[in-house]
Amino acid sequence: MNSKYSRQELFAPIGPIGQQRIREAKVFVLGAGALGSSGAEMLVRAGVGELTIVDRDILEWTNLHRQQLYSEQDVIDQLPKAIAAESRLRAINSDVKVRGIVADVTPENVLELFEGHHFILDGTDNIETRLLANDAALQLGIPFFMGACVGSYGLTFPIGVKEGTPCLHCLLEALPPQSLTCDTVGVISPIVVTTAARQTAELLKCITGATMEPRLESVDLWTGERAAMNVQSMKKPTCPSCSDTPVYPYLSANEVIRTAVLCGRDTVQLTWPKNRQVELMPFANSIRDIVSNLKQNPYLVSCEYNDHRLVLFRDGRMLVHGTKDITAARKIVAGLLG
Amino acid sequence: MEKMIDLNGNSYPVIPEVETIQQLLEHLGLGDRILIVEKNKEILQKDHYDAPIMDRDQIEIIHFVGGG
Ligand SMILES: [Zn+2]
Repeated sequence: MNSKYSRQELFAPIGPIGQQRIREAKVFVLGAGALGSSGAEMLVRAGVGELTIVDRDILEWTNLHRQQLYSEQDVIDQLPKAIAAESRLRAINSDVKVRGIVADVTPENVLELFEGHHFILDGTDNIETRLLANDAALQLGIPFFMGACVGSYGLTFPIGVKEGTPCLHCLLEALPPQSLTCDTVGVISPIVVTTAARQTAELLKCITGATMEPRLESVDLWTGERAAMNVQSMKKPTCPSCSDTPVYPYLSANEVIRTAVLCGRDTVQLTWPKNRQVELMPFANSIRDIVSNLKQNPYLVSCEYNDHRLVLFRDGRMLVHGTKDITAARKIVAGLLG
Repeated sequence: MEKMIDLNGNSYPVIPEVETIQQLLEHLGLGDRILIVEKNKEILQKDHYDAPIMDRDQIEIIHFVGGG
């Protein structure tokens, strides 16, 4: 028993049969930020068969204190997180087929992205995307391991791991107008690792066929507060996402430019509908004379404009740094793109 | 007499002004959050937040956050 996974196989609840199931598992990691980095590293070391990791963002210095897959050089190179994560994860364990995808997960592409995977690990940074993932995972019948953290506080909840259990939509009822983010209250790395560890443990239990319960858990590493609830009684027979006649409300796409304020930074993201995407080369050429510090690589164009840094990605998204004001960001972009 | 409850696993003295779950949530600054409350191992529906807090109640509160 000297193979890479021998100590994991020696753990009786996994054993050689469990290890074989881990080997056959195809896992989707939604987001390559703090939770996504930590969870993906554990899953790759555990020896899952395939791991897809998707992220919309590029690396920033402010990420390094908690996003464990990345180095200073990755930030200097302005790499997209999904690209840097892919290369680091492949270096960690060559047994695993790792794929990094630079994309924003939206109602338009989420089903296509999730399809073919057996488990989904939540590494996103906002509740709206979690509700989108909840709907998509329920429609496809894929278990979804939710996790979220800010400050020194984190919570986890596994969805679709047992017949008839509540989904995230059952627990939330409505999308909160505002929620705590890393941007407003900060975050420390120990809670990232703790939250990701709980998500990953639940996912490994589910892979190996352990009995699963709909347990919502939270912990605050600073105050020592903790809670765990079996939330079965919150299952709503009329839930739009998990009733017998679901309508999956968060999967309805729209045809307007979508905007989002990114967690952890002063940044607004704009996403154009598929039929009117902005292309990298024409964009770079059109702004060359009015912006400063213009940089290009195969994945993006970035520049400084009116005290804001703008980044356009190949998949048609743009980040406007230096503001949380969606209207201001739209104005800046409208000024450049008409 | 001051009530002592178990709040998320820690002992917590409840000031006399706080008599119900709703008042406790507001006192903790959680009044406008999306959250789930369990009192003595039973999940409380939102319209039961006027339930009185008794000495030695075991209360768990989990609130949702955005980050990750
Ligand atoms: Zn539901």
